[in-house]
Amino acid sequence: MTFLQLVEGPLWYLAVVVFVVGVVWHLVGLVRLGRSVDRSVARASGTAGALKAIALHSVPHGGNLGRTIYHFVTGYAFHIGLFVLVLFAAPHVKFIHDRILGFGWTAMPRWGFLIAAEAAFAGLILMWVRRLTDPVMRRLSDADDHFGVWLIFLVMLTGCLALQEAHDGLKALHMLFVDILLIYFPFGRLMHAFTFVFSRAYTGATYGRRGVTP
Amino acid sequence: MTTATTIEPSTVNVQAAIDRFQAVIGSHIASYLEACIHCGQCSQACHFHEATQDPKYTPTLKLVPMTRVYRRHKAPLAGVKKLFGLVPPELTADDLIEWKELIFDSCTMCGRCTEVCPMGIDIASIVGLSRQAMTAAGVGPSDLWEAAENSRTRGSPLGLTPELLADRLEWLADDNEVEIPLDRDKAEVLITVSSIEMMKYPDSIVAMAKILNAAGVDWTISSKGYEATNFGVLSGKPDIAKIMVTRLTTAAEEVGAKTLVIPECGHAYGAMRWSGANILGRPLPFEVVHITEMVAKLIRDGKLKLKSTAESMTYHDPCQISRRGGATAAARDILGAFATDFREMTPTANHNWCCGGGGGVQAMGSAAELRHKVFQVKIDQVEATGAEHLVSSCANCRLTMDESRQALGWTREIKSLVEVLADQLED
Repeated sequence: MTFLQLVEGPLWYLAVVVFVVGVVWHLVGLVRLGRSVDRSVARASGTAGALKAIALHSVPHGGNLGRTIYHFVTGYAFHIGLFVLVLFAAPHVKFIHDRILGFGWTAMPRWGFLIAAEAAFAGLILMWVRRLTDPVMRRLSDADDHFGVWLIFLVMLTGCLALQEAHDGLKALHMLFVDILLIYFPFGRLMHAFTFVFSRAYTGATYGRRGVTP
Repeated sequence: MTTATTIEPSTVNVQAAIDRFQAVIGSHIASYLEACIHCGQCSQACHFHEATQDPKYTPTLKLVPMTRVYRRHKAPLAGVKKLFGLVPPELTADDLIEWKELIFDSCTMCGRCTEVCPMGIDIASIVGLSRQAMTAAGVGPSDLWEAAENSRTRGSPLGLTPELLADRLEWLADDNEVEIPLDRDKAEVLITVSSIEMMKYPDSIVAMAKILNAAGVDWTISSKGYEATNFGVLSGKPDIAKIMVTRLTTAAEEVGAKTLVIPECGHAYGAMRWSGANILGRPLPFEVVHITEMVAKLIRDGKLKLKSTAESMTYHDPCQISRRGGATAAARDILGAFATDFREMTPTANHNWCCGGGGGVQAMGSAAELRHKVFQVKIDQVEATGAEHLVSSCANCRLTMDESRQALGWTREIKSLVEVLADQLED
């Protein structure tokens, strides 16, 4: 078995199983911690509050733009760029068709790939630079914050290098980092990709009952 | 980080804190602890950070002790992570002592940080629960605990016993020629008081009585349950929190009140309106309203006749009444009924800056210097309006602002909304 066969075969399947089982286990465990019933008399709908909070906290609101605008621009550049790359880069569309779903969709043209990749790299690097230079973020950051950033960076970098698929080694390296990312995902702060919905919804429901959208 | 040097680590019951942290972490708290991405945006919403520019006052840093316990003991997959040494170390006495300033002295639980948080994390609620764990360990401000114990043993944090309450109400009634009913057998409305008002701003009690009498409200105060402030909630002593809620509930049930009115006090409103039933463990058989909500309704119902005034006014929103209480509109309805030159601060209403003394910080001697410093934020806000009068509807905010303005040499007086309104009642 070649290294490429290993990372695209057994290691890939292991990574997917760890990712899916880990994420589900994590989220079910989170919900199973439970919450006592709120016996106060609601002024307004908690469900509406939860939905409002999920939407509202996706954009800056209520003033305080000073710090938020940097995170808003870099954060959206990175996340949108990354999702576009994952779903529409030609090799990914082929991989999804051949190895995951059995069907695919039209891949984006090369210029689209370049824009998405530049947005994702710029966003990620600028966010990380901010983490290193801003006194508040430096005070807050831990190893998990940096590890997550570096793992994503290496996945994206090796992905770009492997784009031409001219060298199996580069493609294998990309797959190796993807496998590591998937295995690490349920155990670290990358889980915010799922937990943000819970966090916003709980707060939105609590304050929505009070007639406030925080 | 500067810390209280008087706490000896060997006296700290770390296990009690760990147990309490674990007990209070439900799915909502866990989702908060999981979702924080350490972006630091909350720092710009915190008056303690903005006034000092010290990163240690970044609100989300207050989550650290609870997060460590959660990740080590309670988080899903913690067992697997432990195998690989990926869980944080156990909490220590030094950690708790170090975090005392952040959990108590430098958080008013104003909730401003939640607004700016992209994850919507309710940091104030985590601070409230963390205070329970710190207190269980024996780490916290002794003056705040003393106020809570006074509530348990003497009925009030400032020593307003039932006997003293009766004396002071009689004196206020005689002195101001106003009827203040105490311990009537039955009444539609039970009025509660804040001991800060009774002991430091008694004119607001008189004003409240004048307004209720003018509107023909069927009301009473009860010596069995009169203290609206709940220092059990603020100090992390849930047993005292329950005693205070029980006293008010029993008093309201005995007089058959349909409505229990919280006076001009912010945290008292949150403690009874939104937490009361949860602390008690059963629904409350009466409505809980803030005095501003009650008065706004009396005005809407045409039961109060008011004279207008052209004197310019601005309003300070108590955080627990507006941002965390949802009664934001009531004060504006009242001011709109008689103040022809009402000026909003920037930011205002649910986005307003805290006075610096909420969450029991006002009662902590160790926090005095810091809260005076952060009060400059409020001074700047008020001055920018150019209004002649600063009005609020929380005696704790008023006391905080009065102390801080004296410390900073700011000459403006802070007025009570019910006092200002009572002056506008038509004869």
